Amino acid sequence: MLSVRDLTVSFTGEEGVVCAVDRVSFDVRAGEVLSVVGESGCGKSVTAMALTRLLPPYARVTGSAVLDGVDLAAASPRTLRHVRGKDVAYVFQEPMSSLNPVFTLGRQVTEAVLAHEQVSRSTAEQRAVELLDLVGIPGARDRLRVYPHQLSGGMRQRVMIAMAVACNPRVLVADEPTTALDVTVQAGILDVLRDLRTRLGTAVVLITHDLGVVADVADRVVVMYAGRIVERGEVRELFRRPRHPYTKGLLGAVPNAEARERSGRLLEIPGLVPVLSEQPDACTFADRCPRASARCTEHEPPLENVAGHEVACWHPHTDDENATAGRPAERSSDA
Amino acid sequence: MAAYLLRRAGQSLLTLVLATIVVFAGVRALPGDPALALAGEERDAATLAAIRAKYGLDDSVIEQYWAYVTNTFQGDLGRSIRTGIPVRDMIVGALPVTLELSLLALVIASILGLLTGMLAAVRRGGPSEWLANGIALLGLSIPHFWLGLMAILWLSVGLGLFPASGHVPLLSDPVANLHHMVMPAVILGTGLAAVIMRQTRSSMLEALGEDYVRTARAKGLRERQVVGVHALRNSLIVVVTIVGLQLGNLISGAVVTEQIFGLPGFGKLTIDSVFQRDYPVIQAVVLITATAYIVINFAIDLLYSVIDPRIRVAGGAD
Repeated sequence: MLSVRDLTVSFTGEEGVVCAVDRVSFDVRAGEVLSVVGESGCGKSVTAMALTRLLPPYARVTGSAVLDGVDLAAASPRTLRHVRGKDVAYVFQEPMSSLNPVFTLGRQVTEAVLAHEQVSRSTAEQRAVELLDLVGIPGARDRLRVYPHQLSGGMRQRVMIAMAVACNPRVLVADEPTTALDVTVQAGILDVLRDLRTRLGTAVVLITHDLGVVADVADRVVVMYAGRIVERGEVRELFRRPRHPYTKGLLGAVPNAEARERSGRLLEIPGLVPVLSEQPDACTFADRCPRASARCTEHEPPLENVAGHEVACWHPHTDDENATAGRPAERSSDA
Repeated sequence: MAAYLLRRAGQSLLTLVLATIVVFAGVRALPGDPALALAGEERDAATLAAIRAKYGLDDSVIEQYWAYVTNTFQGDLGRSIRTGIPVRDMIVGALPVTLELSLLALVIASILGLLTGMLAAVRRGGPSEWLANGIALLGLSIPHFWLGLMAILWLSVGLGLFPASGHVPLLSDPVANLHHMVMPAVILGTGLAAVIMRQTRSSMLEALGEDYVRTARAKGLRERQVVGVHALRNSLIVVVTIVGLQLGNLISGAVVTEQIFGLPGFGKLTIDSVFQRDYPVIQAVVLITATAYIVINFAIDLLYSVIDPRIRVAGGAD
């Protein structure tokens, strides 16, 4: 349904060019939850914004993002405006700052309806009540006159979701929707997303760094590192048999009672995500990778199918390794 | 909200009372005995005593103050020493001219400042921003009086577009009135327009980077709505503050502008009364100016709570 090919985003700033997203391709199928996972700065949010060009004007976007035959990457501002909110809708990370503090919820939700539908204000208001009801906000009608600061973070995020689904979008992009929220609230928001997917058939692109969230709701997973996709597959398969050392590392960094017993501390991936000014012909993870060889710094590994799902690595983990050795970063646990 | 309003009204009232005390004490502090001044040539003790008794000058300071306050609040501001005309009539004649001038200047400055400020923020880095910034800098740096004189020289004397001075009451002939008022109002408004433009530009730039603006775009709103509604409404909070602080300058600016254009307004009345040492008039003028400041501040506070709902609740009952 949504087909992204070779999406590349670079920013020209005062310190030169930064390549944030490098030839990223993926498909989003109707009604599925596709999760994009990675550390901060790996380009996942930029990818999401680039879909409908919500990026600042100094961002350079190439490649294509085709939704129902329309290439959004090449579309006119007018077309994009009709797509935003109607076909592709967004829920952002910060529910505190993503709602306008000076307008009532009623106004902000009805505005989302009126942006794409030719209906009267009272009809739009009625729709707003239904939407708030849909995302589980109690006393929806009375909440129309309430301002964002009078709500809790979880409630605000529900409002954001209500606004996003106002026009029954084909794709809902949720950019770290639960990161700023308490764990209990988080579960409620995920329930809402899951429920909407089932009820409205909306495809959800869930951007997160929280693997717990991924395991909970995703159907398929795309793992990104330094602007590139390093591994991609069905969620159970990928969690059970991670091939890429980076994915392996991410899984090892999840707080886990078993791992703590073994090494006494959380396993981390040493180093930081590099900021790239170009698209090197090498594996961008090589510097931090325990399995890196000369080949990794000389040639970029292609995204290839390795027994079950796709991975971009010259030295992927085998099934045997996954079955026996457990965690890859154990090399650092004795240090 | 009601509690907040009540508290603000109380504060304003207190300030007003303090203003009357300062004005009252100020006149008392002036050298010379008013009875002597009033008596003129006949300075015998009996006459002086009669004058003191008549004007209550023998009463205690507290009683005198009370008499002054009650008279003032009943609208009795005394008579001009020079002309004998009731001060109230002089002020009633002059105030509308200044109010019209200031209001017109404020409207012109707001429209001009907001539009250019928004344009400069949206077209950041482009020639429009350069132009707007340049004009704002000029507007801030050039003094009113010089600009006023140049306008008279060029637009009135040279091109004959506007009358150089004089005034026609609004009610007798609105068109002629505006014809006389436009040039002074624009001159008076330039400084304020520049301040509003710069403030709008910077707070608009800040607002445009906010998450809720991204949300508005992601909803598929028109850019006009994103900028003109979502970003503007938030930037207005800061702009209103600055405008509020600047309104004082507008009052003092009106004094100079009225003098240049020969407008029979409050500013001219102030200057004339000071030059002629017309104490009752000075007293009234100072008190009314102080009241104007207080009222403006109160109005600005009210406006905040209209623009920003967070203020409404923070000070309110809920």
